[in-house]
Amino acid sequence: MSVQNTQQLQTSHSTISKFNSWRNMVAKDWYKHWELYLMLIPVVAFYLIWCYGPMYGIIIAFKDFSPRKGIWGSEWAGLKYFMEFFDSPYAWRVIRNTILINFWNLVFGFPLPIIFALLLNEVKNQFYKRTVQTITYMPYFVSLVVVCGIIVDFAASDGVFGEITKMLGGTPTNLLSDPKYFRTIYVGSELWQRLGWDSIIFLAALSGINPELYEAATIDGAGRFKQIIHVTIPGIMPTMVILLILRIGAMMNVGFEKIILLYNPLVYETADVVSSYVYRKGIVESNFSFATAVGLFNSAINFLLVVSANWFSRKMTETSLW
Amino acid sequence: MMRQTTGEKVFAVFNYILLFIICIICIYPLWHVAVASISDPLIIYAKRGFYLWPMGEISLKGYELVFQDPNIISGFLNTLLYVGVGTALGLVLTIMGAYVLSRKGLYWNSLVMKLIVFTMYFQGGLIPFFIMVKNMGLMDSRLAIILPTAVNTWNLIVMRTAFATVPDSLIESAKLDGASEWRTMWVIAVPVIQATVAVIALFYAVGRWNEWFNPSLFLTSKDKWPLQLLLREILLKNSTQAMTQLGSVGQSQQEMYRLLVKYCTIMVATVPILVVYPFLQRYFIHGVMIGSIKE
Repeated sequence: MSVQNTQQLQTSHSTISKFNSWRNMVAKDWYKHWELYLMLIPVVAFYLIWCYGPMYGIIIAFKDFSPRKGIWGSEWAGLKYFMEFFDSPYAWRVIRNTILINFWNLVFGFPLPIIFALLLNEVKNQFYKRTVQTITYMPYFVSLVVVCGIIVDFAASDGVFGEITKMLGGTPTNLLSDPKYFRTIYVGSELWQRLGWDSIIFLAALSGINPELYEAATIDGAGRFKQIIHVTIPGIMPTMVILLILRIGAMMNVGFEKIILLYNPLVYETADVVSSYVYRKGIVESNFSFATAVGLFNSAINFLLVVSANWFSRKMTETSLW
Repeated sequence: MMRQTTGEKVFAVFNYILLFIICIICIYPLWHVAVASISDPLIIYAKRGFYLWPMGEISLKGYELVFQDPNIISGFLNTLLYVGVGTALGLVLTIMGAYVLSRKGLYWNSLVMKLIVFTMYFQGGLIPFFIMVKNMGLMDSRLAIILPTAVNTWNLIVMRTAFATVPDSLIESAKLDGASEWRTMWVIAVPVIQATVAVIALFYAVGRWNEWFNPSLFLTSKDKWPLQLLLREILLKNSTQAMTQLGSVGQSQQEMYRLLVKYCTIMVATVPILVVYPFLQRYFIHGVMIGSIKE
């Protein structure tokens, strides 16, 4: 009995003394760096209010939120809204569209800038190279609203694409009102804007490869193509992996602004994604709790994607974000 | 110089031609709009499709109509305001935060950094964010555009990486001379990384210039709208709102001029950036590269 008591006393003593020494350390730290900490306050406040504030707001996904009662005052609803979402015929549609649009965007949007950078790297005439760079980076600076405005103009039945269809002997239609074409338009315009810009990083990685490696490969009898396989690709591999992780991490939330600008009820079948559905349900129809639940589902998947992509890459290539 | 094999020569020619075609594809949509914007409205209304050269007599009528539209002028001024204030505030906050977080030996730094990085991978989502802005009483306020997106985490991390390259000895010697932390930051550290500061300022400015979504959520009165939001109205919602301001155009010609005005407003919103961009290109490229440096 008494032994036990003494032990308890000792543990609580050591906890107290640990706490005290921690407090001393924090006080000293503050005394030494208070000027710096004061400078940090605005940024910390920004993150607390505008990033962690909304994270607290997520609880309305589990409540019957009414703006009058506020976030805390609203009644609990459990998993009602999640059930409602998964029971609705739209759940599968928006999840499928999100995955497919992002999948095709990755299939074209990831390798093509790399190939473009490799082609550009082979150009020996510096003036030509710089001109091509300046021109292909340009679309990146056109605002999204304008890009969508141009798409609408080109996709009209009497627009540029209609003209091309006519030349090929087809009957022009408005491409934006046919669900068949929405993904193509999305991925194609994304490629138009980003092909040049996304190649910058690979060009930089390419110029960082040690020229001696190429010389050594030439001496070993490797031709141009073999050099690309054995020197160039391994040289830009770490950059490729990091960018692939970043893209996979952004899979579930990329580009919904463009979808909202371009879609219409005629093409919801292929165009409506989780985030545009959240927007319509929450902002347009003021169905706050339901939309928050759908959004939370989206963020959770997204978070899992980044974490697992990162884990996978650390295992496989020893390159990772953290 | 090594001698080229025939295969390499064929590849080189093929490569030059392919890149040329890619350039044409990149530039054509912009060229199309530029040419159409100075064409005869009657002709472009009647014949759509490819435009390689201005159609009919060159006319600046569309631009006249655009620059007479009070909505577009106020949109332009609003955009300038959001770009100016948003960039300045974002830059100052980012510099302050990044500087402190780059300094070694501060107990709370690693925790704050973790909390900041976490927000890149997990967010509250659209609706809780919307409710937050609403609860702060910022609906239909210009502050709703500036404050909630003042700091960009990616920019903050890039800036912190840059500050970390400033030698400690430089900062210590400034402090030995009796400079405060605040002064040391602005006078000693910031000039060392001025290239990065310029890049981040550009990123903030371009982001603000292109912004339309948050304004569409939070701004109900049109006189606070930035240019991009008005553009959406004109380009994508087929609104005739802009046209009703144009008294000089008769009712029957409204439809005809609407197309021309679309092209002209695209030009007005795009040309300022495209004109400036080639001169700033190397800063942007620098920005992409420093953004890729891993922690």
